[in-house]
Amino acid sequence: MPIDTYLNVAVSGVLTGLVYGLMALGLSVIFGVVRVVNFAHGEMMTIAMYIAVTLFSVLHLDPLVMLVPIAAVLFAFGYVLQAGLINPFIGRPEHSQFLLLVALAIMIANVLLIVFGPNAQNVQVAYSFDSFQFGRLIIDATKAYAALAAIAVSAALFIFFRSTTLGTSIRACADNYTGALVVGLNVNRLYALTFGLGAACVGAAGPMLLLIFDVTPAAGPAYTLLAFVIVITGGLGSMPGALVGGVLIGLTEAVAGLVFTPSAKSMFAFAILVLVLLFRPQGIMGKGAA
Amino acid sequence: MIRRLIAGVPARALLLLGVLFICFAAAPWFVGDYLLTVLILILYSAYTGQAWNIMMGFAGQLSLGHALYVGLGAYTAAALYVHFGLGPWIGLAVAVPVASLTGAFVGFLAFRFRVAGVYFAILTIAFAEFARVGFDHLGWTNASSGLFLPVAQYAYNDLWQLRGHPVMFYYVLLAATALAFVFCRALLKSRVGYFWLAIREDEEAARSAGIDTFHYKMVAVVISAAMTSFAGVVYAFYYNNLFPEQVFNISRSIDIILGPIVGGIGTLFGPILGSFVIEIIGEGLRSLLELFGIDVPGIKQVVFGVVLLLVVLAMPDGVWPWLVRKLGLTERRA
Repeated sequence: MPIDTYLNVAVSGVLTGLVYGLMALGLSVIFGVVRVVNFAHGEMMTIAMYIAVTLFSVLHLDPLVMLVPIAAVLFAFGYVLQAGLINPFIGRPEHSQFLLLVALAIMIANVLLIVFGPNAQNVQVAYSFDSFQFGRLIIDATKAYAALAAIAVSAALFIFFRSTTLGTSIRACADNYTGALVVGLNVNRLYALTFGLGAACVGAAGPMLLLIFDVTPAAGPAYTLLAFVIVITGGLGSMPGALVGGVLIGLTEAVAGLVFTPSAKSMFAFAILVLVLLFRPQGIMGKGAA
Repeated sequence: MIRRLIAGVPARALLLLGVLFICFAAAPWFVGDYLLTVLILILYSAYTGQAWNIMMGFAGQLSLGHALYVGLGAYTAAALYVHFGLGPWIGLAVAVPVASLTGAFVGFLAFRFRVAGVYFAILTIAFAEFARVGFDHLGWTNASSGLFLPVAQYAYNDLWQLRGHPVMFYYVLLAATALAFVFCRALLKSRVGYFWLAIREDEEAARSAGIDTFHYKMVAVVISAAMTSFAGVVYAFYYNNLFPEQVFNISRSIDIILGPIVGGIGTLFGPILGSFVIEIIGEGLRSLLELFGIDVPGIKQVVFGVVLLLVVLAMPDGVWPWLVRKLGLTERRA
């Protein structure tokens, strides 16, 4: 195979990986602050994808244009979920939280099945088959736009956590729970806000991925797993780590799909995860011991 | 030995246990074919739940990838049967070492590098997924097109070849569940059992008390994997077909752990009771929906999710500890 093919596939993998990274960023933010592993992460993203599908088929709205409203809807969903259901489970054993979120995931996946049916759905936008050409490098327009949107949303989130009072308060909760209570932060509200932000990440990533992949009601668990792999590879609790992990996993899957067979690509993602857990359990960008 | 096993158990608990076992043993004479398959599912999940409970309930290591050991057991026995005509018990003799070694490998990697908690759970998922995709491409076991065991009408129940009527599988699983129950009780009352509980409660403290935590965590994962692989062998010969997509699927791992979590983690009776509760909820919902003529795919799972949610909200420790308090049985949470 010519080197061009590898290059094209690698670039496309990196672009998809950026969107994966945004999805994983949501998981990382939630775990980093609330200390709950969101086993319904992928299912929450399928909600966003179906909202985008519906908006497109009924009102012909471009998923990328609708990205902000959809993210807002998911933010509200995550906020209510944390405030109403998950909050009492803070500090409970992991298996108890796990059961709660698995129950939630089962409910989401099957409500989607009832409403939308089992068939795969996608959107065909005007630029679905466009591409940019740089010399011998060809880039799909959809992937390029999706990756740019993912970078923009991630950057907004970084700025929020670094430069706003609210973002700093949330980081304070993550660093020292008791300390946050002592200085008078409303930790429960900040937790709900964080879960909302994590959900908003998949709310934004969902419509982007919809430009690249189909969606089915059963797609959730695969995305949840992918998000786990990325977050642990990049470093649980590290925001840049999620993006780096996403790019690495996206690249690995793309190249493995080309060299071997596309159906075996996730095996290589898991192999990377195992290697990272062995030699750098805190993840590529993680700090301190796991 | 027996005295040590029943020491401290109130007489009424032993009596209840005896009555329960007799009910189970007599059940095939009283239930129809359909109910029998439900009971087989309950016993299967009670057995696998018991095996999983050794790791999580006793030693405190959350495995979310136990489908790996079921699948390895099932595929090892089935492949030996299909390719070499070797029976299931010989298959089991190979499957147990295969699953144990895999468990030891996962455990070694994780515990050597102090991978614990959520990280360990996700590592176990990763191995199960790795196996799923791997077997999807393994030609020797027919890859994703599935491995089928030859099926024929059998005039009699051949226990040696595990060919015959579902009643035979029922008794095989009943024996396995009963043995697992006694075995787990013996483990809990042994030196190893106490070490596990110490590790579960506070690993640092256990280590400073001189317990080789790495060693005992390895023992837990190896025993659990070996026991689980037996369920895989029975699975293969009961269903007669294996698909990586089904056997290694993460939902199978979740099925295994729902019973013990709902029933009560770390208790001996939790996995059994939990399997009952889960299966009864599932089947009850099915009949109820049928009664009302509701036939929407997915609705059963939605209600199942709601019920699961209510159980975890109302009884955070599981159903068994709650029932123990109600029944006045004093066996404490192990």
